[in-house]
Formats: sequence, C-alpha cells, structure tokens
Amino acid sequence: MKVGKAKADNRATWIRVAVLASAVGALEIACRVGWVPATMVIAPSAMVKALIETLQSDDIGAHLQQTLSAVAIAMGLSIVGGFLIGFVLHWVPFLRRAFNPFLAAYYAIPHFAFYPLLIVIFGLGPAPLIVLATLFAMVAMIVATMAGLDRVPRVLLKTARMHRLSLLEEIWRIRLPAAAPHLLSGVKLAVAYSFIGVIAGEFILSTSGIGHEIAYAYDNFDNPRMYALILFVLAIVTCFNMAVYAYERRLARRRGA
Amino acid sequence: MVSLRSWRDPLLVAISLVALWQVLHELAGDVAVTAPAPTLAHLWEMIGQARFLPHLRETGLAFLQALAIACGGGVLIGLVLGGHKLSGEVAEPILVGLYSIPKITLYPVILLLFGLGMPAKVAFGALHGIIPVVLFTMNAVRNVNRTYLRAGRAMRLTPLQTGWHILVPATLPEIFSGLRIGFSLTLLGTMLGELFASQRGLGFLLMTAIDLHDVKTILAIAVLISTFAIIANAALLAIDKRLHRGAAPEGAGKP
Repeated sequence: MKVGKAKADNRATWIRVAVLASAVGALEIACRVGWVPATMVIAPSAMVKALIETLQSDDIGAHLQQTLSAVAIAMGLSIVGGFLIGFVLHWVPFLRRAFNPFLAAYYAIPHFAFYPLLIVIFGLGPAPLIVLATLFAMVAMIVATMAGLDRVPRVLLKTARMHRLSLLEEIWRIRLPAAAPHLLSGVKLAVAYSFIGVIAGEFILSTSGIGHEIAYAYDNFDNPRMYALILFVLAIVTCFNMAVYAYERRLARRRGA
Repeated sequence: MVSLRSWRDPLLVAISLVALWQVLHELAGDVAVTAPAPTLAHLWEMIGQARFLPHLRETGLAFLQALAIACGGGVLIGLVLGGHKLSGEVAEPILVGLYSIPKITLYPVILLLFGLGMPAKVAFGALHGIIPVVLFTMNAVRNVNRTYLRAGRAMRLTPLQTGWHILVPATLPEIFSGLRIGFSLTLLGTMLGELFASQRGLGFLLMTAIDLHDVKTILAIAVLISTFAIIANAALLAIDKRLHRGAAPEGAGKP
C-alpha cells in the first residue's frame, strides 16, 4: 500500500515538473518568436541572464541584506509573539470570544494605510517596515496556535491527568507536541507573510530594499532588471517554503501519518 | 441571552480600540494620529462630497469584478481539480506555492500585461482571491463521502440529481469557507493594486493623502475600509457557521 502511494506521488511529481517545464518552454518560444513583445514579458533565459548580471553588480548586496534582515526579524518576532498571544487567548475564553471577530477580519484590513503612523512612532528606516510585517504575520501564527491547542485530543489530556503531570509538564509533553502540526503550518504562514509584508512595504513606501528596486526598475522601463529581481524574490521564497514543507513531511512521517 | 453575550465582547473590544486610538492621539499628537471624533466627522464629510463618490465607485466596481472572477473561476477550477485525482495532485503544490509568494512582486508584470487602470486592478484582486477558493473547493470535492454517492447510485439518481441533492449540500460548507477567505484576500489585493500606479479609487486617495501627510484622510479611509471588511466578514462568518452546523456531524464527512 505504501509503495503504491509512493509511486503515485512520484508520478504526480514528474507530471508537475513536466507541466512547469513546458510552461517555461512555451514562454521562451513565445518571446523568442515575438508573439509576446519584450516590453511586456522577457524570455525566461533572458531573465536568468539578467539575474546573474544583477547579482554580480555590487549595489544589490546592501538592498538584499536590508530586506532579508528585516524579514528575518519580523519572522522571529511574529512567530514567538504570535505563539505567546495565541496561547494566552486559548487559556482566557473571555479574551478569545472578544477578539475572534477581529482576528477573522484582520487580513481584510489594508495595513499599509497605517504605515505613516508607524513612521512617526518608530522613525524612518527599517523599524516601521519590520513592525508592519510583524503585525501582518503575527495574526496567522495566533490563529494557528489557537487551532492547534483546541484540537489536542481529550484522551491525551486524560492520560496526562492519570500520570499526575504538573501543568507545565502537561503543556510541554502533551499539548505542544500534539499541537505541533498546526503550529508548523502557522510558522509556514508567518514566513510567507513576513516576506509579503516587508516586500510590499518596500514596494509602496520605501526608498531602499529589494521591493523598492523592483518598483524603481518598473518606473524606469528596465524590464530585464525588474524580471531578474522578481525571479530572485520568488526563488528565495519558494526555497524557504520548500524547506519548511520538507521538514513538515518528515515530522508527519515520524508520527506515522 | 446568547445573542446578547456574543455581541457584548466584540463591542467591548471595539470600544477599547477606540479608547486606545484616543490614547495614541494624546501620546503622539495631531501630526501622527488625529483623534477619533474629528476623524469620523471628516469621514462623514468626505462621503458627502461629490468628488469622493467616483473613487468609491471605482474601487467598488474593481472589487466586485475581481470577486466575481475569483469566486466563479475558483469554484470551477476547484471542481475540476477535485474531481480528477491526478490533476489535483499535480496542481496542489503549485497552488500552495503560488499562495505563499509575495504577489505584490508580480504587480508590475500584471501592469505590463493589462495596462494601467481598471483591468490590472481587477486581475490583481482576482489573483489574490482565486487560489484559496480553488484549494478549498478542491478539498471539499475530494472529501465527499463515497457512501453518499453509492447511496445515490442505488437510488438511480440522474447525474443532475446527484449534483443537486448530494454534491452541492456536501461541499457547500467548505466551499463557502473558501469564498469567505477569498473575499478578504480579493479586497486586500484590489486595495494593494490601487496603492501602486493608480489614478482613481480609494487606494489612490490613500496614497495621495500619504504623500501630503494628510493624517486625517489616511485614518478616515483606513477606518472606512476596515469597517467594511469587518462587518462583511462577520456576516459571512455567521453564514459560514450556520452552514457548518447544518452539515454532517464532525468526522462523518471524512473518509
């Protein structure tokens, strides 16, 4: 049974690779033949070439470092903070009932409207961007933490009582491991949203960083550079997501799921 | 009593948010945060002005079109991918990958493809909203209990009857959850699209206000959009809960 499933997985993977490869190939041909004008989309091979050239030029390093460090800080803050807040909301039903409608509507609010306010409070520089991205990412982690803690099976808690575990032991040995898959999907979302928050903020409201460079290249009709940077951002985020996904799969396999 | 209780707590939070707003205003002053009352008065005044309405209409139209595309297209694609197992397996990781990339980086591409103006906004909003709708619909179709379908065959239902009496009721709750998330993300996408390279709409007004450092207008528009989002979402959530309560008891729908 397991072998059969693995085989089906493999087949789907191959088809997926083939689909993606032929999509890229079709775009390449369409661009080379001239069906798609170069003012719209440039050929994938040209994107890669431009990416290598852009990475070799020395001015990109500072932007890259700024963006990635902002993302890393926002990620750390939102994961830790989101977990703690989610934990508290799970234990205090009153707060939870009160905050639920706001948590549910949170992602419909345009956060960027509050950016000028953040600039006044935190000053210019990377701080407001980090706060913006943290606020954006943290709620996903809060919701995931609450969902995970809610779904800890009753049986496990009864077992914990039978073994007379102290509260801390129960949390550490039973609740957290049982909630781990949900926590991990929260981490995945927090990672993605940190990237979205920082890059979108840079895109619209900043004067440096990768997001700003993309917007700047667009304003200057510098398509090769723009596509190169877009490709770069997408590649980084995809690599990161795949790493978390692989870890999640390993965890799931160890649980025998 | 129950309804009173369920209203009381969010109301308390809303009141404390307004109080927090007032405190922030006292701390930071008019330069950063205007007080709640003048901001709301300003919002009221803005809504009354004739030049405000075209912007509101522009954003509303863009949002509705994007929502229609995201919901219609998303459900359709989701049905196909959920019905055909292999194509679903092929597509799912691609969709999840697309869902988690910062789509704002793709906005220049969309602008180049669709040109400045309404179509680009609609496309960007729909791009945000369509993926969760597809994912939820796909899972809903996959999780339809096979027993129901077998029962339908035993009763010799026509395909149309099978669809109407079995598939629709079995998948509706989960699809609706997807639509609710799609709604929020479409709104976010449309707004983001308007913030960058736009000449009309609420997002454009917001950007102009940011450039002019017109805090009162910034906050007024932010409050308007947030209120709309929260109320619409609460309504959808209420329908969502009703649908899920009417659905199969927990665990029964899972294979």
